[in-house]
Amino acid sequence: MLYFSKLRIIFITLISLFFITIASSNLFKFDNEILNKKINLGLDLQGGSYLLLEIDNDPVIEQKLQNLTVTIRNYFKDRNIKTTNFKLIDQTLSFTSDENSRQAILDEFESEESNLNPYYQRFKSHQLDILEENNFFKVSYSKQGIINLKTSSQDQALEIVRRRIDEIGTNEPNILKRGNDRILVELPGLDDPMRIKSLLGKTANLTFRFVTNDTEDSFGAEKLVFEDGSEEAIVSKRIILSGDNLLDAQPRMNSETNETVVNFSLDRVGAKRFGKATSTGIGKRLAIVLDGKIISAPVIRDTIATGSGQISGGFTFQSATDLALLLRSGALPAPLNIIEERTVGPDLGQDSINAGMIALLIGFILVILFIFIKYKIFGIITNVALVLNLFILVGILTLFEATLTLPGIAGIILTVGMAVDANVLIFERIKEELKNEKNNLIAFDSGYTKSRTAILDANITTLLAAIILFFMGSGPIKGFSLTLGIGIFTTLFTVYFIARLLTVIYVSKNKEKEGLI
Amino acid sequence: MIAFNKYYNRFNVLSVSLVIISLLLLTFKGLNFGIDFKGGTLIELRSTDSKINVSSLRDNLNQMNLGDVSVKNFGNESDFLIKFENNENKNVIEEIKMNLDKSFGNKFNFRRVENVGPKVSAELLRSGVIAISVALFLMLVYIWIRFEWQFSLGAIVALFHDVIVTLGVFSLLGLEINLSIIAAVLTIVGYSMNDTVVIFDRVRENLRKYSDIKIFELTNISINETLSRTLITSITTLLALLSIFFFGGEVLKGFSLAMIFGVIFGTYSSIYIANTVLVRLQVSQKTILREDKD
Repeated sequence: MLYFSKLRIIFITLISLFFITIASSNLFKFDNEILNKKINLGLDLQGGSYLLLEIDNDPVIEQKLQNLTVTIRNYFKDRNIKTTNFKLIDQTLSFTSDENSRQAILDEFESEESNLNPYYQRFKSHQLDILEENNFFKVSYSKQGIINLKTSSQDQALEIVRRRIDEIGTNEPNILKRGNDRILVELPGLDDPMRIKSLLGKTANLTFRFVTNDTEDSFGAEKLVFEDGSEEAIVSKRIILSGDNLLDAQPRMNSETNETVVNFSLDRVGAKRFGKATSTGIGKRLAIVLDGKIISAPVIRDTIATGSGQISGGFTFQSATDLALLLRSGALPAPLNIIEERTVGPDLGQDSINAGMIALLIGFILVILFIFIKYKIFGIITNVALVLNLFILVGILTLFEATLTLPGIAGIILTVGMAVDANVLIFERIKEELKNEKNNLIAFDSGYTKSRTAILDANITTLLAAIILFFMGSGPIKGFSLTLGIGIFTTLFTVYFIARLLTVIYVSKNKEKEGLI
Repeated sequence: MIAFNKYYNRFNVLSVSLVIISLLLLTFKGLNFGIDFKGGTLIELRSTDSKINVSSLRDNLNQMNLGDVSVKNFGNESDFLIKFENNENKNVIEEIKMNLDKSFGNKFNFRRVENVGPKVSAELLRSGVIAISVALFLMLVYIWIRFEWQFSLGAIVALFHDVIVTLGVFSLLGLEINLSIIAAVLTIVGYSMNDTVVIFDRVRENLRKYSDIKIFELTNISINETLSRTLITSITTLLALLSIFFFGGEVLKGFSLAMIFGVIFGTYSSIYIANTVLVRLQVSQKTILREDKD
């Protein structure tokens, strides 16, 4: 245990120097690309916002089944099969038919080549499940059908969320999928997430629909309120234009009315439809509906064939900017709910960094003093290893550009406290050996050998705890397990290579000295 | 040599009572779960006006229909921590901001806002419980591979003792359980195991060495031989933890406090619980020799 080859000494020195350099790149700037790395600060240290969004897929499922009603009816009508009594309750579509058509309907739904009910070869499952009893059919999404639907709405929502956040222009946002119906958004440096929250909370489903003359809700029309709550209007369910047809939207100042408006331009299909609607509907009111509320319902005075238009509705400049942004980035496939939010202001982050650093410094000094008083010359050796341990630990975190959180700093401080354990185990063992063994070299050698299993056991148990935390924990806690876990490896390295090397050098020069430790 | 074994019985009685008291506390008083596990909203405020105090802030917030609001100072006189349960209102934070600005003028800095929905808090609680269970299980497996079953039992009993009593202290003092406490408990599990294993290693070594010494005496020898290491490591770890507790800021207070209790109980239990299990199971040289033959 006491022999070190020249090659190994060089190797140990190089590794230590490498990590010291990397660690110091947090303080200095290097031109070299490998060296110029920095530890990422977690949201709790640099300030920022963490939002967990959940997609509410229920309306999507309802809507899809609603659309399916028409599809099914027409599909069987074309094949001379009568289906009646369509009802949609609790995400289950039911209808009835007669005895003669029963088998044909079931065959259609259960065939692998079905047009009505796609079959996923990969999952050996249909999109829809069908149940039949006395010619009464119940259709609902299958397990796999729901998963596919959720995955696709998650993909779409992720894209829209990314566009909206990019439009606001925060620095380095982190937008990730979680499960199949959640999206995680991390916004470093953002201290007031109000605006983003309100932007993400809107589906931004825009439609242009005529106001009808009916007085009541009817099959083709519905009663909607105005955004400002001032009045109500009966609006046709037929959609002239939707947000999908928009090419661009910008906030503008209307110089005539001195009002903030949103200017939009339409794609080719949209322009055509808009032109047709405005030419046939002169004198009618066209309602601009956003998420089920009317923004405004201007009277059509002229045919608009240019494919561009203007939305007014008593906007402030901010609200016009936000509306334009929402329209540009598109509608979410389903409403999003913020189910978890954690926001830390930048000054609290800085306070945490300061507190963490002071705690680290004081903890470090206390441990170093204690060990020095206890072990004198070997205390110095342990402390050199401890300092290098800290550098290597920070160096590894820097090399991988890991994220440092406040609990992560606690993990580093704890590592400092526990790192001396291995050296203490070794030195205490050597002391015992020296009671019976007069030869210093032999006593040191067996001290190292005999303490090895205890040291390994002790570190493996802590490592197990750190690994579990890493996989089960979230955010800041992950940062703690990371520094604690890496700390175990750097501790073993510094104890068995650096401290041992220094010990060997000292002991071989003082072979004969009594009471060495 | 200190005669630790003279007090084995007395400390066993103490530990059993501590565990029973802790379990009673956990059953009847329960734990003070933070918003991580209970759901709800937490706001940390700093005021620039020294006239604003807890009661004026509480009076103001009580008019807002937030349900059960708790307002406390956080670290110093000008920092406040506001907590309330889950609220249907999505814009509640914005409304609080407006309401405070209206009543006090623009005197507040919102330093931290956390909002955890009921679904997420239930999930966090579940994964916390799973994490601790998995950790205990893995420790059991590890120690079972490394040692004979009598030792495993001793280590696990010590481990449960530490976790239960630490949680008991949290229940007694009404300290908040949040995500960082789960991290602390897991670290305690690792630390307590670490301490126990070092002593057990020595017990096993001594069992091989001396065939004529009874386990009652042998554990005492082993404890004494490893005592200075046990103390030094506990002291350096406690130095680090005390430094976090006093200087690491309010956020880490609960975490470091749990760890401080954990380290103290962990050190105590490796001496007085883990070893007494070996004594009560009458571990002898045969126990480990049988294993060696396999």
